[in-house]
Amino acid sequence: MSLLSLNAMKTDIEQYHVLHDVTFDVPEGGVFVLLGRNGAGKSTTLRSIMGLWSPSPGSVTFRGKDITGMHTADIARLGIAYVPENMGIFGGLTVEENMILATQNGSFSKSRLEFVYGIFPALERFWDKPAGSLSGGQKQMLSVARAIIEKRELILIDEPTKGLAPSIVDAMAGAFAEISAETTILLVEQNFHFARRLGREMAVIDDGRVVHRGSMEAFVADTELQDRLLSLSA
Amino acid sequence: MNATLERFGGVNLLPLAVAAVAFVLIGAPSSWVTLTVAGLAMGMMVFLMASGLSLVFGLMDVLNFGHSAFVSLGAFIAASVLAALGGWLGSPSVLMNVAALAAALGAAMLFGLLAGLFFEKVIIKPVYADHLRQILITMGALIVVEEAILAIWGGTPITVPRPAFLEGAWIIGDVSIEIYRAFAFALGLIVFGGLYWVLNRTRLGLLIRAGVENREMVEALGFRIDRLFVGVFMLGSALAALGGAMWAGYQTLITPALGAEMMIVVFIVVIIGGLGSIEGTLLGALMVGLVANYVGFLAPKLSLASNMILMMIILMWRPSGLRPAVK
Repeated sequence: MSLLSLNAMKTDIEQYHVLHDVTFDVPEGGVFVLLGRNGAGKSTTLRSIMGLWSPSPGSVTFRGKDITGMHTADIARLGIAYVPENMGIFGGLTVEENMILATQNGSFSKSRLEFVYGIFPALERFWDKPAGSLSGGQKQMLSVARAIIEKRELILIDEPTKGLAPSIVDAMAGAFAEISAETTILLVEQNFHFARRLGREMAVIDDGRVVHRGSMEAFVADTELQDRLLSLSA
Repeated sequence: MNATLERFGGVNLLPLAVAAVAFVLIGAPSSWVTLTVAGLAMGMMVFLMASGLSLVFGLMDVLNFGHSAFVSLGAFIAASVLAALGGWLGSPSVLMNVAALAAALGAAMLFGLLAGLFFEKVIIKPVYADHLRQILITMGALIVVEEAILAIWGGTPITVPRPAFLEGAWIIGDVSIEIYRAFAFALGLIVFGGLYWVLNRTRLGLLIRAGVENREMVEALGFRIDRLFVGVFMLGSALAALGGAMWAGYQTLITPALGAEMMIVVFIVVIIGGLGSIEGTLLGALMVGLVANYVGFLAPKLSLASNMILMMIILMWRPSGLRPAVK
């Protein structure tokens, strides 16, 4: 059984039909990549899964449970973490306070914190600093760290490499590889070269529809398909 | 310039700067002390009224023009309780005085809590995320409450008795400090301390501060902001009622128009202070209280416009207010 299934999901935002027919399954384990051009509907797909937009009609099931129409907070409590494109950092709070908020009971174990520091060592240095004073890369680290401070079933990550320096993108790829050993990641990306290093399964979305599903290995091998769906040669 | 200002205490020093300028302009120290105490007391009472509105604004982006209905209700409920306990108020026993005052303030706050719950569920909830409808429906609710007060208490101004232990003034040399004003200031300070502690030292406060910044993300972390909002709304309503009750004792004569009169001042304080910030609200309230009293003494013809002028000056300097939580 798939961890997450999207079935003919449609999402309207005000008078705009953004998602027309999004159907794909995310298997448990590893990184599933959702690729697509700018404005194709990738972020809307993640927001619809989290209940931030209401898909109608269509359905989203998580571990076989229909979560369509559930409140965002209740979806999160099922073990789904969300790292939005804008990182969603609380700039007026310290790094520690941001991390505390990401826990369900207000505390985290020392071993779990060591695990997070192991992936993002820089966070320890900025622990008591306002999150708003961090650099873009550090904020992205904090945003992902929040998603893993407690073990989750699934992490939805929206374009984590956007605007980051190449060295930080490399570090991020290493971090995601480590995290995906214990948690499934649904990664939305425009940066194909980053995504191909991580993804096992993938789908391509275009104009609000899933236009391709398959293994990353096969997609990487088919340059003609890449060009057609992602305009990589343009 | 801002960096230099921050090094010396930043905008927190503004009330001190205003007081210092007023000291020079007023000249007579005894008058200055009296006006300063009156300004601080007024500021604290307005802070009580405005603090909830600021959080509601910041947390849920709700424009509640009916907030001052809780101020009116608090004032009239407290006045009725105090009138009913007239025997206790005049008693030489301070304990009886305190009991009467506590009963009046407690009744006002309890009514504010319940009215806040009703208001949020029936009036605010259907118009989340729709500012125009929020303004229309909350203004309408304010008018309904005013008319209800008129129907229950009548149109004649009501005299509000004060407990005997808060009557009179402390005379220190040439300076006279009204006891009620000192009490209002102390009460406001205690409430501010409590709010500050909750917001900065508890998990609930952490959630509120985070919600003011980005409520969507707080929900994505697994917390129901809508439920938290009901609690904040009720607390804000109770504090507004407490502010109204204290204001009633300060004015000693109240009319059903009290809420509408205070609405402008409360909104000015919230805007000056910056949305969603308790510290900003306190700063804005103290500035409004001090400026209103100083200008009323120095240039009485300008007193009505003083708060508007203050708001214009501050917004031209800091468009988001003095200490906004939401930037």
